[in-house]
Amino acid sequence: MPQTLYDKLFNAHLVRKEGNIALIYIDRQLIHEVTSPQAFEGLKLAGRKPWRLAANLAVPEHNVPTTQRSSGVSGIKDPTSKLQIATLDKNCEEFGIKEITMNDIRQGIVHVMGPEQGATLPGMSIVCGDSHTSTHGALGALAFGIGTSEVEHVLATGCLWQSKSKNMKIEVNGKLNSHISAKDLALYIIGQIGTAGGAGFAIEFTGNTIENLSIEGRMTLCNMAIEAGARVGIIAVDNKTIDYVRGRPLSPTGKSWDQACQYWQTLYSDDKAHFDKVISFNAKDIKRQVTWGTSPDMVVAIDAFVPSPSNSKNSVQKANWQNALNYIHLNANTKITQIKIDKIFIGSCTNARIEDLRIAANVLKDKSIASNIKLALVVPGSGLVKKQAEDEGLDKIFINAGLEWREAGCSMCLAMNADKLSVGERCASTSNRNFEGRQGQGSFTHLVSPYTAAKSAICGKFC
Amino acid sequence: MDKFTTLTSIAAPLDRANVDTDAIIPKQFLKSIKRSGFGENLFDEWRYLDHGEIGMDNSKRPLNKDFVLNKTEYRDATILLTRDNFGCGSSREHAPWALKDYGFKAIIAPSFADIFYNNCFKNGILPITQDKPIIDKLFATKAKISINLDAQTISFNNKIYTFEVDSQHKNRLLNGLDDIDLTLQYSADIKAFEADYFKKYSWL
Repeated sequence: MPQTLYDKLFNAHLVRKEGNIALIYIDRQLIHEVTSPQAFEGLKLAGRKPWRLAANLAVPEHNVPTTQRSSGVSGIKDPTSKLQIATLDKNCEEFGIKEITMNDIRQGIVHVMGPEQGATLPGMSIVCGDSHTSTHGALGALAFGIGTSEVEHVLATGCLWQSKSKNMKIEVNGKLNSHISAKDLALYIIGQIGTAGGAGFAIEFTGNTIENLSIEGRMTLCNMAIEAGARVGIIAVDNKTIDYVRGRPLSPTGKSWDQACQYWQTLYSDDKAHFDKVISFNAKDIKRQVTWGTSPDMVVAIDAFVPSPSNSKNSVQKANWQNALNYIHLNANTKITQIKIDKIFIGSCTNARIEDLRIAANVLKDKSIASNIKLALVVPGSGLVKKQAEDEGLDKIFINAGLEWREAGCSMCLAMNADKLSVGERCASTSNRNFEGRQGQGSFTHLVSPYTAAKSAICGKFC
Repeated sequence: MDKFTTLTSIAAPLDRANVDTDAIIPKQFLKSIKRSGFGENLFDEWRYLDHGEIGMDNSKRPLNKDFVLNKTEYRDATILLTRDNFGCGSSREHAPWALKDYGFKAIIAPSFADIFYNNCFKNGILPITQDKPIIDKLFATKAKISINLDAQTISFNNKIYTFEVDSQHKNRLLNGLDDIDLTLQYSADIKAFEADYFKKYSWL
């Protein structure tokens, strides 16, 4: 029977079935400091050991400072952040789990570090206590976010109970207009199908627009699948995927590499595979996107206006839009390009890869940020992305334009470290969530692509 | 894990769709390395008028009197009633920990976000989905609601409605079973799977 890519991956990891729930085998668990301490504590209390040590790889990223790391973990100023990172270090040492520690050059956002190290390979089942684990689906892996109890379960048993999602195909064809990136594509799709549009589904992205995206772009797209409600975003393996994986530290070599490639080349949806839902988009319809509200689906094209609740579909949406406008201090019918910005954030697991930084730097070369921009941060996704950018001179471009060049981490995407917005500040952000208070209590987030963030930094408003 | 069998309570109505886990428990409280103590900071930014941080004495903070949980009539509610896509966003299990620590044992909504839905079952919280007309009826009443997990029913105002729940989730909640203990009963199956699996995918 023809199978979807998701079906193939799910079935390859199926250990046993009980009713609608399946026990699936997990190849890789990525661990970070925020969602793991209670899992390790649970193991200790029950006297359990990790099922398979080699499946796990840990890295601190949510809480890490992006400045002044020279004195290591003990030098972190926030005592609660310090305790959480020290706890990860201690737990990994105690249980024998491989950890890339804070001052290692390979340290970075777990969803940047994983693919970069070859810890993420096509065909793998990959979990992490982080909803943006969907990112790794860009390499043809079955990857999804889990809660802390599940982190503990995977540590203890090497497996996870899962109900199988339905299959959704999102097909995009055509050539993207100039300066339109995977981020605009992701926001556009979310705007069309809503934040619950993918709930209960694994979304496979297909079509020639997707084929033409770089692997970095595909990661941006799959990363945002969760913002459409889908735990899994996935893209078939092609030569680009295999080229990306080749030669990474944890990638197979020699004869193993050849065998792996042979298998990876089967990782696509069969011709007549059944999808429960198919949605098609045309790339040429997509303009640069800016969110105006407090949910990623509250999004419009950059040349549009903040919508009016009177034009909403129903009473629930009307109330949501009104709440959002009240929170974000914008009036309906305001032109997006008239909205002034206080801060810029270029970073996060969505947009902190080398390609993103190159795009932003290209815009900012020999330019300066506007005088009303109080702070513009560039936070690379990993120490290795940072080094690559510095080798290419991108850091100089950012610094000369008036931006700050920081150490790798999650930073102001969720503001668990010192990088946050103050009350009433408005930010153009390349991150993934514009929820109330996400980047700091009482602050306003507008999600954009790296190109739009960089350009808007120069204009001081969206442009 | 705590068992869940039956429950009778009024429901606290949170009339918003797409309530995300950042709203349920803001990130500053995620720095705790414990599983408990999150209840006082449940919906922190909506519940209090000031900015909350870890370690504050929450009893001294100014309350937002308009927020549903601060209204005397809902003080003893152990059921939360809300709208579509509850628990979307971050996978943080701190969200169900905070709901449970506060005292909620069941949540009724038209739909839930996938990760949050799973996380509830791991913590003895029953998430119940109901069609919008029934949700609207629930929002319109202040009557007590009775939930019977074994029968898969909710009843209020002398009417009974059924709900769907996966049999495995149901069994684990009814009996308060530990997931890991149950899975480890299948250790032999997992080992047999591994033997074949690593032969076939030797590069892993």
